[in-house]
Amino acid sequence: MNLEKIKKIIITEILNIAPEVEEKEIEEDEDIQESLELDSFDFLKILTALNEKLGVDVPEADYEKVDTLNKMVEYFSKRLN
Amino acid sequence: MSKFVMPSLGADMESAVLMEWKVKEGDEVKKGDIIAEVETSKGVIEIEIFDDGVVEKLLVEPETDCKVGDTIALIRSTNDSLEEDMKQDIPHVKEENTEIEVKQEVPHANDESKTEEKHIKISPAAKKRAKELNVDLSKIILKIDGKIGLSDVENAVKKTKPDTKAIDGMRQAIAKAMSRSNAEIPHYYLTASINLTPALKWLEGLNSNRSISERILPAALMIKAIVLALKKVPQLNGFWKDDTPQIIQEINPGIAIALRKSGLITPAILNTQEMSLDETMKSLDDLITRTRLGKLKGSEMTEQTITITNLGDLGVESVLGVIYPPQVAVVGIGRIMDKPWAENDMLSVRKVVQVTLAGDHRATDGRIGAQFLDKLDKILQKPQELL
Repeated sequence: MNLEKIKKIIITEILNIAPEVEEKEIEEDEDIQESLELDSFDFLKILTALNEKLGVDVPEADYEKVDTLNKMVEYFSKRLN
Repeated sequence: MSKFVMPSLGADMESAVLMEWKVKEGDEVKKGDIIAEVETSKGVIEIEIFDDGVVEKLLVEPETDCKVGDTIALIRSTNDSLEEDMKQDIPHVKEENTEIEVKQEVPHANDESKTEEKHIKISPAAKKRAKELNVDLSKIILKIDGKIGLSDVENAVKKTKPDTKAIDGMRQAIAKAMSRSNAEIPHYYLTASINLTPALKWLEGLNSNRSISERILPAALMIKAIVLALKKVPQLNGFWKDDTPQIIQEINPGIAIALRKSGLITPAILNTQEMSLDETMKSLDDLITRTRLGKLKGSEMTEQTITITNLGDLGVESVLGVIYPPQVAVVGIGRIMDKPWAENDMLSVRKVVQVTLAGDHRATDGRIGAQFLDKLDKILQKPQELL
């Protein structure tokens, strides 16, 4: 799966969990919880949804490797390709 | 015969729109059954019946605006066949047809835009508010499938003019309750720093064997620990009513849940005293999801016995809360932080959280509050007992 496609899936899931967020608010290198006002529940739900979509389970110890959009893309692409 | 009235679903709710009956005349109902959906400024809320009986008569049509206290149905109690005198305070507010036809561009995800006709239902409350706020409904319709609710109209206003003094029911409700609290309740505050390293290590071990959807968040662990501490110090779980403290058996913590850009509500997780850690997590998950979807039950909006507010995600170290009357306490949880921690003459780094109890000094004294924080600390040092 190419990076753009993964990124698109991640953005879609973020917008699903937090419908108030607008796509242009998602900065690629900002901590998504802080910049989008998501709480730990939203974050867990996003990871759960991505697990269902992509089949990648992010262990708790790796949460800090997926705290920005770019890091998420990198993390998932490594495990998918 | 008993009258079922529009319940108050918040300190400042004056009316709500009855959206849909979930029962029909002649149906048998049991305490706790959902009999209708109403729409308030907090979203759509399901209201429950408080007695067993048979629905004798539904007195208002769907989409009627009803004041709190208006009789909206008559319930014949199963063990009482006597008819009592009834006052005729039945509202007859007829709403005009609320279906409008809109012809407009509807954007499609995968093909180019085309013109399409759409039937959109708009709730009377939404329609009224749209008029008050001067919201162009056709603009909202673009983004919505099926139905426009009150919150859609209010959100539309927030999106277009974030700084106007939009008539915001939820803001007003919070303002009223908090002003009353500050005026009436003599608060006292106690803070304890609690070493969470043992609990978080234990949780990490537990979660490492679990799939992502079954993991427990520290927030759920804290709630479970607070519930256990309340069992030991029940004086903080209850109300101050008629100048006397009332201890409540059920522990229904109201959880402060931010609706992100549109306020805050504190619906309850009901009957946590009987829940395991997994059940607490599930209930919290379910409650947050339904809160954000605007799908709460009336009892969840009215039966809180204490409030828990967790602002740790936003980085604050401690939260000195304002009690929501008639409750007598609010527990504030700050951010879990790495802190220097001295223990057994050794200095080390630990995960530390500041828990602050705000208590109503009419109902309890500082000693009770201190006992609660002490129990909470002890419980969190033996996390395996939280399962």
